[in-house]
Amino acid sequence: MSSKFDIHDLSIYFRNDKALKNVTMDIPANNILGIIGPSGSGKTTFLRALNRMNDLEPGSRSEGQVFMDGNDITSSEIDVVALRKKVGMVFAMPVPLPMSIFENVIYGVRLSGINDKSRLDELVEKSLVSAYLWNEVKDRLDMSGMRLSGGQQQRLCLARVLAMEPEVILLDEPCSGLDPISTSKIEDALTILKNNYTIILVTNNTKQAARVADNTAFFLMGELIEVGQTPQIFTHPVKTETSDYITGRFG
Amino acid sequence: MRIHPRFTQRIAVTILSAATLLTLLILIFIIGFIFKKGLPVLSLNFLTSSPQDMGKAGGIFPTLIGSIVLPLLAIIIATPLGICTSVYLCEYTKETLGTKIIRFGTDCLAGIPSIIFGLFGYIFFVITLGFGWSILSGGLTLAVMILPTIIRTSEEAIRSVPKSYREVSFSLGATRWQTVKKVILPNALPGIVTGVMLSIGRSISETAAVIFTAGSSLRIPTSIMDSTRTMAVHFYILAREGISAENAYGTAATLVIAVLIVNLSAYWIMNRFIAKRS
Repeated sequence: MSSKFDIHDLSIYFRNDKALKNVTMDIPANNILGIIGPSGSGKTTFLRALNRMNDLEPGSRSEGQVFMDGNDITSSEIDVVALRKKVGMVFAMPVPLPMSIFENVIYGVRLSGINDKSRLDELVEKSLVSAYLWNEVKDRLDMSGMRLSGGQQQRLCLARVLAMEPEVILLDEPCSGLDPISTSKIEDALTILKNNYTIILVTNNTKQAARVADNTAFFLMGELIEVGQTPQIFTHPVKTETSDYITGRFG
Repeated sequence: MRIHPRFTQRIAVTILSAATLLTLLILIFIIGFIFKKGLPVLSLNFLTSSPQDMGKAGGIFPTLIGSIVLPLLAIIIATPLGICTSVYLCEYTKETLGTKIIRFGTDCLAGIPSIIFGLFGYIFFVITLGFGWSILSGGLTLAVMILPTIIRTSEEAIRSVPKSYREVSFSLGATRWQTVKKVILPNALPGIVTGVMLSIGRSISETAAVIFTAGSSLRIPTSIMDSTRTMAVHFYILAREGISAENAYGTAATLVIAVLIVNLSAYWIMNRFIAKRS
């Protein structure tokens, strides 16, 4: 299987604090990688290194390389805006922008200068269908995205990423504030989407990783402890920290 | 000995409501007083005719023009300048000693008495740049005077836009400028407009800075280089020189109504804007 990301000795610092410590791993394409670990373990920092969102934090810097399809995306020469169009992100808290559902979905698309109405209509429908939201909102696309329920908002955020037709989707605990039904809708969407996208899912819910992830990585205190195929991680973890975490002995 | 919470609650409500009532009464008293003295003088003729005999008789038409043109010029200059500055300070710079000094500076400027701005305008615009007593000098001086207010209120408004909106916008491949244009400014607009409205009110009612820089000519100005007299200045001269108390109150009532109209239309515009977005 070809790898989408090839991460070599990656460390991230926030001022003097080393939040991510020398992580080396491959992330295969068209797969779901689940990332588990207690809070403060560097999961989110790792995720945000893949679309350079850590750059927004004052005082952050990185060491090591992240190759995406062979190009080092930690390089200062990389076009960060273009990178973020290819690597979409869904945040822990659903944040619809204060505009209509329609405008929310095509926010990123419009930024790229696409304004053809029929093309936009088509993208909105396609993205909302893939995010399992179309049937609930198709008659009220002009309504403000902020008036949707939390679960619907998070699916709207997923649709917004899908509309950009990225190559990679990063999800940062996307279901942490959602009810079980919304959660299962998002999980259903992800298992279908992985055919076309590389998906990286940070989750606090180990069961969620077990349900949807093909591979699972376990982070602790900024270090990558173990990564492997999900069944193996959950049934025969190599490291004792991993088995302690999975069996709920800490974290 | 312990006072019962129900009793302290009752005392608190009494004090709070009394304070509110007193504020309201003072406001009503001032406006009522001015209207009682001024409204009988007000008429269409008073508003549209030129003053005679230094303002002892006749209307206030030229000062009405002055009161529209000067604040307008000031706002046209100060608003874009102020908004651009605050966007730059909030979005494009990191918090450093430099930005702290700029912020402290604007805070100090906002608190300086307007007569100092008048003196500055007189020395710089009227004398040094040779603009004379003119609408241009007055407008520029008012612009400098209200600039700190516009910068500070716009900054507050921009800062109150949630950080998560910025993150989302960046994560969807927006540049900083696209984020400012499509997310930050639309959401900060109510706060920015409030600041601009406050500044309009301040410049309409300004006297000291205007006398020094725009003069007090009672002719209808025909160019931006003409001297003019605003309603506030007119009121000051009528009352100070004992020319006509009646016409002074008439002018004052017009001034109060003008400020009310500006504020009410601002609220109206804001509400329509907010209703349209949500």
